[in-house]
Amino acid sequence: MMDTLRKNWFSNIRSDLLAGTVVALALIPEAIAFSIIAGVDPKVGLYSSFCIAVIIAFTGGRPGMISAATGAMALLMVTLVKEHGLQYLLAATLLTGIIQIAAGYLKLAGLMRFVSRSVVTGFVNALAILIFMAQLPELTGVTWHVYAMTAAGLAIIYLFPLVPVVGRLVPSPLVCIVGLTIVAMVIGLDIRTVGDMGELPDTLPIFLWPDVPLTLETLLIILPYSLGLAVVGLLESLMTATIVDDLTDTTSDRDRECKGQGIANIGAGLFGGMAGCAMIGQSVINVKSGGRTRLSTLTAGVFLMILVLVLDQWLVQIPMAALVAVMIMVSIGTFSWDSVRNLRKYPLSTNIVMLVTVAVVVATHNLAYGVLAGVLLAALFFANKIGHYMLVTSEFDGRTGTRRYTVVGQVFFSSAEKFLDSFDFREAVDNVVIDLHQAHFWDITAVGALDKAVIRFRREGADVEVLGLNEASATIVDRFGEHGKPEGVGQIMGQ
Amino acid sequence: MLQAEVLQIVACIDGSRAAPAVCDYAAWASEHTASPLMLLHVVDKERYPAEPDLAGNIGLGSREQLLDELAELDRKRARLALEHGHHLLDHAHARVSQKSGVSEISKRQRHDNLAEALTALEAGTRLFVLGLRGENSSNREMQVGSQLETVIRSVHRPILLVPDQFTPPRSAMLAFDGSETAFRGVEMMAASPLWRGVPLHLVMVGPDTADRRRLLELARAKLESLGSEIVVALCAGDVVPALHEYQQEQGIDLLVMGAYGHSKVRRFLLGSTTTTMLKTATQPLIILR
Repeated sequence: MMDTLRKNWFSNIRSDLLAGTVVALALIPEAIAFSIIAGVDPKVGLYSSFCIAVIIAFTGGRPGMISAATGAMALLMVTLVKEHGLQYLLAATLLTGIIQIAAGYLKLAGLMRFVSRSVVTGFVNALAILIFMAQLPELTGVTWHVYAMTAAGLAIIYLFPLVPVVGRLVPSPLVCIVGLTIVAMVIGLDIRTVGDMGELPDTLPIFLWPDVPLTLETLLIILPYSLGLAVVGLLESLMTATIVDDLTDTTSDRDRECKGQGIANIGAGLFGGMAGCAMIGQSVINVKSGGRTRLSTLTAGVFLMILVLVLDQWLVQIPMAALVAVMIMVSIGTFSWDSVRNLRKYPLSTNIVMLVTVAVVVATHNLAYGVLAGVLLAALFFANKIGHYMLVTSEFDGRTGTRRYTVVGQVFFSSAEKFLDSFDFREAVDNVVIDLHQAHFWDITAVGALDKAVIRFRREGADVEVLGLNEASATIVDRFGEHGKPEGVGQIMGQ
Repeated sequence: MLQAEVLQIVACIDGSRAAPAVCDYAAWASEHTASPLMLLHVVDKERYPAEPDLAGNIGLGSREQLLDELAELDRKRARLALEHGHHLLDHAHARVSQKSGVSEISKRQRHDNLAEALTALEAGTRLFVLGLRGENSSNREMQVGSQLETVIRSVHRPILLVPDQFTPPRSAMLAFDGSETAFRGVEMMAASPLWRGVPLHLVMVGPDTADRRRLLELARAKLESLGSEIVVALCAGDVVPALHEYQQEQGIDLLVMGAYGHSKVRRFLLGSTTTTMLKTATQPLIILR
C-alpha cells in the first residue's frame, strides 16, 4: 500500500510540483475562453477545472494526465445554456458523470479498440482546429492592437524558451501573460480583458445542488446533452491516456479512468462547474515539464485555484489577446504534425478516414459524430480490403465431366457478389464440385450466395456437391466458443 | 520431488552489499535441494526526466519530438542498467561456480519492478533469495530493503531473506502460532527437501497451556517424516523479542515464519510482527507464503 502510494504520488515530487504549476497556467486560458463560448461566466469554467483536476488526481486511471474544463465539452453545451440556463448545465454535468461511471462499470473503454489510428489522428486534429476556431471571435472586429498583442504573445511563447538558462526555468506562457498585461496596463490600451468577460471566482467553490425541477421533463432536456458530453469526454480522455501511455512508456487503467472522469464531473456539477475531460495539449505540457504522477494533476488544480483567488485583482486586467495567444499555442501543440507529413506516405483509404473525421467534427462541432463517421468509414474500408482475400479457382476433369471449383479465403457481405461471379453457370457440365475446405463463410450473405450458386447449377442440369461446408461455416457463429482458443484460430485459418 | 517440472532457486542479484551473500545462500539452497539455480537481475529503471524543461510551450510536432526524446533517454538509461546488470550477473556466476558445486546455473534479466518480476517467475520457482537490505536502502541498521514488503505480499513462494554475511545454516527454527497458516507452513517444510537432516526447532510464543502443547505435538508429528532432530519449545513474552532471544540462546542460524497474518488496515495502524521481524533481523529468515 505504501509502495503504491509512493509510486503514484511521491516518486517525483519536485518535478511534479513544478510541472503542475506550469500546467495551471495553460488551464486558466482554456477554462476562461471556453466558459465564454459555452455562454457562462468564467467562474463556471474555473471552478470546473479546479474540481475536475483535484478529483481526477485521486480517482483517475492515468497518473500524470491533466483533466479540466475543455473546449471539446464546452462546444456541446452552447444550445443547452442558451435555451435553459446554467442550472440545467449543472444538472447535465451530474448526469454526464453518472453515465460515465456506468460506462466504467460496463467496461466500455474496451470499445476503443474499434477506433483506428487514423480516427484518433483525425480526432486530435479536429480538436486542434476547434480550439483555434474558438479563438476567432476574439480576433474579429477588433482594433489592430489586439492583433499586435496576440502576435507579440505568440512570439514570446515560442522565442522566450530559446533564451539560455532562464528559458528552461520560467514558463513562457507565464511570461506572455504577465508581459502583455503589464504592457496593456502601462499604455492604457482599450482592449478586452478577462474582467469584461463576466464574473470571476471570489471564494472557493461552494456545494450547490442544481436548481432544477426533478421531473421527467428535465431529464429529457438534459439527457441528449449528457449522452454527448459523456461520449466525447470519454473519447478524449481515453485518447489522451493513450498519448500519455506512449510518452511515458507506462500503462493506464482505462475502466478506472472512465469511472474517475464520472466522479470528477459529478464533483464539478455539485460545485458549480461545467463538465470537462482530459486535455491533450495540457497533458503533453505536463509530461514535457516532467510531471508523471498524480501529484502533478493535483498541483495543477490547486495552483489554478490559488492563482485565481490570490490574484483576482490582477486577473481581470489580463488582456484577452494574451489568453488567445496561449490557446493558439495549445491548438498548435495539439495538432498532429506527423499526420500532415504522412499524408503522402499513407494509403488513400487511411487518409480519407482521417480527413472525414476532421471534416465532420469541424462541420458539426461535435467530436462524437466525427469519431462515429471515422469508425464507420474505417470499418467499410476494412471490409472492402478483406473482401479481396477471396479466390475461386477451377479445373475440369474431362473423363468424368466434372468441373471442380476451389474457394479460398473470406466470403462475406463484401465478397459475396464476387464469389457468385466466379462461377460459370453457362458451361454445360454433368457434375459440379464446390470445395470450401479453405474458405471461411462469415455471415448469412455468404451462405445465401452459396445457396444461389447451387440452385443455378442445378437448373442447368448439373449435379452439385459441396465439400467442407461445415468447416467453412464454423466462423458464422457470433461467439466463437472453441474457435476462440489458439488451436481453434489455427484451425480456422486453414492450417 | 512431488512436482513433475523442475523447480528452481531464484537469486535476486542487485548492486547492494548483500549480493555475495545472496549468491552463497542461493547456492546452498540449490545444492541442498538439487535444484537448478537462476541468477536474476531486475532492471527497474527510473523513468523520470533528469533535467526539467519548464518552458511550458508546445508547438508543431511537439508531441512527436517529445516521444523521441523520452524514448532516447530511456534507451540510454536502459542500456546502462542492462550493462550494469550483466556485470553483476557475471560476478555472481563466477562466485557461485567457484565456491559451490551447483551445476545448473542460468542468468536472467527482466524489465519490471521487483515484485512483478518475481510474480511472473513464481510458477517455476521453489525459493526466492533476496538481500534483507536493498540497493537503495541506506547503510544504517533497521532499514529494510525498500521493496521488500510489496514483494513479500505479492509473491506466493517461500522467500529467503539474507543478511550481508553468509554462514552455512546448520539449524533452523520455525515460528509457530498454531494457526491454519502455520500448519500449512509446517506441511510445506515437511514436503521440502531443503530441511532433510537439518535440526529443527518448533517455537511457539505464549503462556504454557495444554492446548498449545497439543498443537506443537501435532506439528512435530507432521515433521517427523523429514528424519531430522526436532526440538519443541514454548516461550513466554512478546513475540518478536522472545523469538530473537530463543534464536540467540540456541545459536540457530535460520528462522522460518509465515507472513502478514492480519489485514492491511490493522497493519497500517499497528504495524505487523512480520515487519518488525524484518527490521530487527540479523540472521537469515525464510518467509513462507
